[in-house]
Amino acid sequence: MTEQSGLGWIDILVILLYLIATGYLGWLGYRGTRSAADFLVGGRSAHPVIMAISYGATFISTAAIVGFGGVAGLFGMSLLWLTFLNIGVGIFIAFVFLGEPTRRMGHRLGAHTFGELLGLRYQSRAVQIFAGTLVFLFMPLYSAAVMTGGSIFAATQFGIDFEVALLIFALITAAYVVPGGLKAVMYTDTLQGFVMIAAMIFLLWFTYSQLGGVGEAHRFLTDMADMVPAKLQAIGHQGWTEMPVFGWGSNSYNLWWIVVSTIILGVGIGVLAQPQLAVRFMTVRSRRELDRAVPIGAVFIMLMTGTPFIVGSLSNAWFAQHGPLLNGQVEQVIDADTDRAMVALMRQNDVGAWTPILGKDKKPAVVPLIITTREQAADASGQGFELVSGRSSIITYVKGEADQVIPTFISTALPRWFGIIFFLAMLAAAMSTMSSQFHTIGTAAGRDLYEQISRKPHGSEPSLLAMRLAVVVGLLVAVTISYTVREGYVIARFTAIFFGLCAAAFMPAYIGGLFFRGVTRAGALASMSVGFGVSAFWLVFIKAKEAGTIGLVQLVTGGKPSLLADAPNWPVVDPIVVALPLSALTLILVSAFTRKPDEAHLAQCFTPRRRARATAS
Amino acid sequence: MLGIPDPWVATAYLGCILMAIVSLIYGLVRRNAAPDEITPVDRDWAIEERKADHDL
Repeated sequence: MTEQSGLGWIDILVILLYLIATGYLGWLGYRGTRSAADFLVGGRSAHPVIMAISYGATFISTAAIVGFGGVAGLFGMSLLWLTFLNIGVGIFIAFVFLGEPTRRMGHRLGAHTFGELLGLRYQSRAVQIFAGTLVFLFMPLYSAAVMTGGSIFAATQFGIDFEVALLIFALITAAYVVPGGLKAVMYTDTLQGFVMIAAMIFLLWFTYSQLGGVGEAHRFLTDMADMVPAKLQAIGHQGWTEMPVFGWGSNSYNLWWIVVSTIILGVGIGVLAQPQLAVRFMTVRSRRELDRAVPIGAVFIMLMTGTPFIVGSLSNAWFAQHGPLLNGQVEQVIDADTDRAMVALMRQNDVGAWTPILGKDKKPAVVPLIITTREQAADASGQGFELVSGRSSIITYVKGEADQVIPTFISTALPRWFGIIFFLAMLAAAMSTMSSQFHTIGTAAGRDLYEQISRKPHGSEPSLLAMRLAVVVGLLVAVTISYTVREGYVIARFTAIFFGLCAAAFMPAYIGGLFFRGVTRAGALASMSVGFGVSAFWLVFIKAKEAGTIGLVQLVTGGKPSLLADAPNWPVVDPIVVALPLSALTLILVSAFTRKPDEAHLAQCFTPRRRARATAS
Repeated sequence: MLGIPDPWVATAYLGCILMAIVSLIYGLVRRNAAPDEITPVDRDWAIEERKADHDL
């Protein structure tokens, strides 16, 4: 429905200039100090702004902005709890409580990957191979989410096919991550972070000012509660400024469980056990640097996730006020005072007669409309009827596709020049995250899998080959997934699956290993197995959206999308709700009854800092 | 509050801002509180990390 104009030469020029600037900055960095490790080796400190924004740019991607922003367009501002957790857990708890122990233990044990940290802490090749395998197999799913977000935005903004956008995006990614981007050039990350900040501040200001200010915008959105599509109302949607209905035992509570368990908990808690983020703590020079990065990181994450969640929700109000006019025939009055009605959409055919627009189910599309004008018209049979015109929420314009919400809002509501800037911000968000993802995939394949399985030393030629091959394979897998799966709010779902899987499989072993001497190798391995096993089982057999797509459960149930299809709410509960407690419990129980690590090893892992310094000198 | 009638959503909205303020205060208070020194262990780790990064 958006007015799309193709990719103009000015657009191409601006994008090329940006890519050249990024490349130049990367090259400058490559010649001198280029990575966090370089700062450390040189005995100098990265400026806390650079450190925090570089971390934030790795954390935030098109998945958060396009994917979760789009989900907010569908489900509303309840998603702001995720922003709260992103700041409170992803920044504050992670930096203040996990950062320093991770950094110290990683340095003492000589760990350079997440799997290696766990493997060395538990003196177990199996633990390291397990962790490396999970990262190598499932991180491409997260990369696919990032890539899909960028490609959908490019396709909508420039009016090109998704497939073409994906190809271009994949080529830019390959050009960025294969030769140089993996070097984690902090200055490049920082430039990208600043582009993202500028875009988000403008987007937030523009949206609120278009809708008459903060309070007025929220009030209008609140008054639109009766415009929520019936399908969403049926699962508990009460409006875009309300939490979904909470309860258990009826499908009318499904939305609460989707929003809270999958979107908020899955991603908000899962961030603590993200391999690519945990490893970044090791590249930090000292505890002081971590402390100084907290405020900048918090403000950055607030802007990067808060803005799309607020704007995604408010895009409903903007379209209801300024969106393109839709036409049709009233089916049912919602509210006579405000002139809102369920309207069967119609369009004029070649001879000027009005004909129904059919939905996906081949029936006339009926949507909620705020009516602005009424006039007499004739249908295809020449029969007269009252034709109404009006506007609707963004859900109508994007046909319920959450992933289209942010791109459609940007391309319709905002000036064209901003679309280009926002595209660059999306490109920046995607590149900084993907360079980190593919770095993690490469090192997992080389250090955690090849070197551990073959027992070859670090840095041997075959191991390096395995790393490079893994990066290319990971990229191809991510592109294939992006190309193949696009229905539903797939970006947010893929991200949530990966975050939830990491939380259930790694979090108890990771946090337990950092803080508790009594956690054993058997406990860690059992916890990781249970966390992964339960998550996988839940995704394949219980969680209807994923299980239905995978298709195995239908063979067992005779066509139903979940083993618990007849039990309300269970099919929408995220695996993390079940798998994480079980994984933690397993860690505690198995550790209690198995052989403790020897004292010498524990001393190496946990030596107090003062003693460590004395030992080192 | 703020045109958001649901206290849970309003709390989330304000909670994000509050959490960012708490983080700002934390950063200011702890600005120079923690030690900032590089041990030989840190340095060895960084050299190995740089090598691994370079290889990849």
